[in-house]
Amino acid sequence: MTSTRSRKAYGVKGAPYAFLLPATLLFALFLALPIGYAVWLSFRKAHVSGLGLGSGARSEVWAGFENYTEAFHDSELLHGALRVLGYGCVVVPVMLGLALLFALMLDSDKVRLAPFTRLAIFLPYAIPGVVAALMWGFLYLPDVSPFYFVLDRLGLPQPDLLDGGPLYLALSNIAVWGGTGFNMIVIYTSLRAIPAEVYEAARLDGATPLQTALRIKIPMVAPSLVLTFFFSIIATLQVFNEPTTLKPLTNSVNTSWSPLMKVYQDAFRRGDIYAAAAEATLIALATLVLSFGFLRAANRRDKQEAAG
Amino acid sequence: MSTLAVRKAAPAAGTTPGTARRPPLRRRVALIPTVTLLLGAVYTLLPVAWVVIASTKSGHELFSTFTFLPGTGFTDNIRDLNAYRDGIYWSWMGNSALFSGLGALLSTAVSAVSGYALATYRFKGRETMFNVLLAGVLMPPVILAIPQYLLLAKADLTDSYLSVLLPQILSPYGVYLARIYASAAVPADVVEAGRMDGASEWRIFTRIALPMMIPGMVTVFLFQFVAIWNNFLLPYIMLSDDEKFPLTLGLYTLLEQGSNTPALYTLVITGAFLAVLPLIVLFLVVQRFWSLDLLSGAVKS
Repeated sequence: MTSTRSRKAYGVKGAPYAFLLPATLLFALFLALPIGYAVWLSFRKAHVSGLGLGSGARSEVWAGFENYTEAFHDSELLHGALRVLGYGCVVVPVMLGLALLFALMLDSDKVRLAPFTRLAIFLPYAIPGVVAALMWGFLYLPDVSPFYFVLDRLGLPQPDLLDGGPLYLALSNIAVWGGTGFNMIVIYTSLRAIPAEVYEAARLDGATPLQTALRIKIPMVAPSLVLTFFFSIIATLQVFNEPTTLKPLTNSVNTSWSPLMKVYQDAFRRGDIYAAAAEATLIALATLVLSFGFLRAANRRDKQEAAG
Repeated sequence: MSTLAVRKAAPAAGTTPGTARRPPLRRRVALIPTVTLLLGAVYTLLPVAWVVIASTKSGHELFSTFTFLPGTGFTDNIRDLNAYRDGIYWSWMGNSALFSGLGALLSTAVSAVSGYALATYRFKGRETMFNVLLAGVLMPPVILAIPQYLLLAKADLTDSYLSVLLPQILSPYGVYLARIYASAAVPADVVEAGRMDGASEWRIFTRIALPMMIPGMVTVFLFQFVAIWNNFLLPYIMLSDDEKFPLTLGLYTLLEQGSNTPALYTLVITGAFLAVLPLIVLFLVVQRFWSLDLLSGAVKS
């Protein structure tokens, strides 16, 4: 009797660990190990002895912070980082602003066609970034674009959307188009979770729909706004697919337009995996610092407001 | 007479004097939300509509006729796409379906069993394990993809189906959703009752808990299906044999060649249209079963 009970207890005790085994294994093999390996590589470099001929001529040696110093002095990487920061300053506010606007509109009384428009705005979520960039890329090409056709008919100047400043907007537009719907759903979900009594109180106070939106709805969904902001920063700093896809359509997107494109270039075109590992580590650190910095700032403001 | 008076008086008693003026005002305001949402829908549907129309145009029509005028070359475009490199486009489609279908299935299974364990058991290191798994969300894919490539190269696994499939099975977001869903959908006393009947922990999970978790797991499956279908970076890094490419990578290489030969543009556009089609159909079919609310972790009680 005692033996069965203890075996049973052991079975229950061991069960969660057994159930979590697949996830733990996958985590170790495809997350922890690669990250550790990337950091390790970032402190190594290739050493070529003699003429670099023969199998033993190339070896790996310790490099210290050499790869990092080089990455810091790499103007290509710096320019890529500045481009992506500029791009992010357009994408994140516009995308989340639109997502919030659409969510509030979906949540308002007596809105018509809400199920249709909700699905339509969410639709780009299901479309691969590459295909989105490809579709918009064609819409930016003067020869096939309806925009240029309209501008031409109206006799207006036709800007080159795939060059200079407009290129940022062209790329930003693809990201905004692709990301608004998902964020809208996240915000809309938390809007619907607001208890009805809150609205009842606002209605009794004679608040207009606009006042209700500004003074009640937006502050109450602030946590999900912070969360969408946080994930948008992370996604934006990793932009890769869209500029890579537009590259064949224009000469203005070079192979190191975004920092991640530069990492890819260094790792697989130049074959310097050590430099690429250092750059990748730096980008990961910058992403974490920026996103968590934002989260801390948001939390502090939240606390101040609660106190004040 | 008296009932009429009561009806008239009743709302006025409980609310402010402003209520009487409210209905006409609200009806007018509802126009703004509706129009705003319709404009949003036009914006999101515009490129899709363009691709649908452009895929009906012949190469000549693409550059000569008004862009939103349907053309006459749809069947020719499909035939050209079929003929292109002996129908490699359909291999890409098949590969995408394989990666996404199998990958999402495995991912859902791992998420379900992990989420269930994290939700139902109290054990040492539970929160640490959960937080460490969640931190995976924050890791930029490219930071992972390059060392993953180098490590898989050591195991001689690059340029294989497994190299794209394996790294995408663990989904921190899927584990998170599964945990939330399991704790809301699987009551503790049901698990306890299973134990009283002498069922093993595994049996309790597969026979009792899993069926209760199905609606949430559909969401995890679809979420992961879309994520894998849309992935470009991982196959871009892992694969070199274009017979193994998924659609995203195939279309990209087609576009890259098209920049030198505009004749390939119609192929790219038709290919893009056919690539978007299955996901739109999937969306329309499953949106009834797909609880979008769960995407943000909200569970209806």
